[in-house]
Amino acid sequence: MTAENRTPLLLLAALAVALVIAPVFPQWQFLATLALAKGMTVLGLLLLLRTGLVSFGQGLYYCLGAYAAGIVGLHWGITDVFVLLLVAAAVSAVVAVLLGFLLATYRGIFFAMLSLAFSMILYGLLVKVSALGSTDGFNVAPPTLFGLEIAGKDSQYGMFALTCVIAFLMALAMHRYFRTPLGRLSPAIRDNEIRVEYLGASVRGAVHVKYVIAGTLAGIGGVLTAMTVGHIDPEMAYWTTSGEFVFVAILSGTGNVAAPFVGAFIFELIRTYAYQYSPNTWQMALGTAMLLTILFLPAGLWSLYERLRKV
Amino acid sequence: MSYILETRGLTRTFGAVTAASDISVAVEEDSVIGLIGTNGAGKTTFVNMVTGYLKPTTGTIWFKGQDITPLHPRQITRRGISRSFQIPQLYGSLTALDNLVVAFGIVLRNAKPSPFGRVPKLVPGYGVPLQEAAEAMLERFGLTEFRDKPASVLPGGVRKLLDIAMALTVKPEVLMLDEPTSGVSSEEKFAIMDRVMQAARAEGATVLFVEHDMDIVSRYAQRVLAFYDGRIIADGDTATVLADEEVRRYVIGNRGREVEQGVAHAQNR
Repeated sequence: MTAENRTPLLLLAALAVALVIAPVFPQWQFLATLALAKGMTVLGLLLLLRTGLVSFGQGLYYCLGAYAAGIVGLHWGITDVFVLLLVAAAVSAVVAVLLGFLLATYRGIFFAMLSLAFSMILYGLLVKVSALGSTDGFNVAPPTLFGLEIAGKDSQYGMFALTCVIAFLMALAMHRYFRTPLGRLSPAIRDNEIRVEYLGASVRGAVHVKYVIAGTLAGIGGVLTAMTVGHIDPEMAYWTTSGEFVFVAILSGTGNVAAPFVGAFIFELIRTYAYQYSPNTWQMALGTAMLLTILFLPAGLWSLYERLRKV
Repeated sequence: MSYILETRGLTRTFGAVTAASDISVAVEEDSVIGLIGTNGAGKTTFVNMVTGYLKPTTGTIWFKGQDITPLHPRQITRRGISRSFQIPQLYGSLTALDNLVVAFGIVLRNAKPSPFGRVPKLVPGYGVPLQEAAEAMLERFGLTEFRDKPASVLPGGVRKLLDIAMALTVKPEVLMLDEPTSGVSSEEKFAIMDRVMQAARAEGATVLFVEHDMDIVSRYAQRVLAFYDGRIIADGDTATVLADEEVRRYVIGNRGREVEQGVAHAQNR
C-alpha cells in the first residue's frame, strides 16, 4: 500500500487513539483542543502553500469565524456548537468569496501582503468597536451540544472530542480533495500557470476556490478556539496571529494533511513549556525550533516521519 | 469550402516594431503545414496570436467559422486549438505521469456534465479513467520508462515529447507545435516527429508546426508558409515554396549556401 492510500487509516487510528487516551490526561485536553483548532487553520494554509501561495492574513478568517459565532451568541443566546460552526463557516466563506475576486489575481509577496492588509483592517475595525469590547474583546458562553454543556470548568473532554472529530473529517476531506482534478491543480498552478491555462482551466478560478476553502477552514478553527478558550479579542486578526499560522505551517511541512495538527500540537507544547520555564525569553525557544527546522528539516517535521519510514 | 482555421489581416506591433503584418491564412482541415522563417520573422507571433497569448493589433481569427480573436487562451483551448511550446511548459515537480494526470483532470472538469449533473468519471473521447488515459498517452509517446521521474529532470527530447503529449490530451482539432525538434539531436529529430505526427493523425488533428530544419519540413509538411519580416512571402505546397527564389534568398538562404559549400568542400577532398 502506498503512503497516499494509508493516510485515511492513519487519520482514523490517530482519532481513535486521541479519543481513548485523552480522558487519562485531563490537564492536556485544553492545549490539545487549541492545537487542533489552530491546526485546522494551518490545514487551509497547507492548501494555499501547495498552490504556491503564502497568506499572511489567515488571522482575518480565524478572527471572523470567532467573532461571527461570538456575536450570534451574544445577541441571540445561541450556544449550540453546530449552529455556531455553521455561522462561522458561512461568514468566513462569504468574505473569502468577496476578497477572493481581488486576491486571486495576485501572487507571491503581493498576495501575502494584501492578505495581511485585510486582516489588519479587521483588527483596526474591531479595536474601535466598544460594543464588542474594543481591544479587550468579550467572553463567549460555554458551547452546548443538543442542550448539553460540553466544555466547562471541570471538563474539556466533550469539546476536545468534538474538535477531534471535526479535525479528522476536515483532514480526510482535504486528503480526498487533493486527489480530485481540481485538487490536483494545486501543484500544477504552483509549477506552471501557463500550462494550466493552455489546457483549458482557469488559474484565477481555481485559486479563488482554494482561497475560499482556506478561509472557511480558518473560520472553523477560529470558532473552535473561541469555544475552547471562552474569550475572543481582536488579537486573533493581528498579524502576529497570522504569522503564527505560517510558522506552524513551515514547522509541520506540507507533506501530509495530518502534519498541520501534529505541528500545531508541538508548537503549543514548546510555547507552553518555554513560557513556564523561562517567561522572559520564551520566544527564543520558538525561534530556535524554527531555525532547527529550516536547517535540518526544510520540508518540515512531517519529512522526519517519511524519512523514518524509509529506513 | 469552409476552412477549419482562417486569419485575415493579422497585424501585431510592439511600439515601433511590427512583429506580424497583414497575415492572412486559410487552413484546410486535416492538413499538415510547416511554418518557416528566420528568427524574428513572425512565426511564433502568429502561433501566439492564434492561441490567444497575444492579441492582434488588428485582424481577425476564425476557427470553424467562429470569431475567436477576443478569447482567452483557455477558451481557445476548450474550443479545440492547443499548442506545444518552444520551451516545454511542464509541471516540473510532478512526475511525467502526474503531468498527464493533471492534464486529463482538466479535460474531465471541462467535460459536459451528464443530464443528472454528474461530472463524468471517464475521460471523454478516451472512455477510460484519468490514470489509464495518462498511462496510455505515455505509452503512445514511448515515454513509459520516464513515468515516475519528475519532469524537471527529464532529458530535452523527452520534455519536448511530454509537452506535445500534454497538448494532445484535450483532443485538439488544430495542434500548433512551436519548434518541436529544436534543442534535439539530429538523430532524434525524425524519431520525435514520427511519433508526434502519428499521434496527431490518430487524434485527427490538423497540424501547424514551426520548424527550422528544412529536411523535417520537406518530409512532413504538405504545405509551407514562409515568413519574412512579419509577412508571409510564400504560401503553397512544400516543394514549390522550398524552391521559390525569394524563399531561398530570405529564409533558407544562408543555410542553403552553407550546405552547398559543405557539399563542395566534401567533393574537393
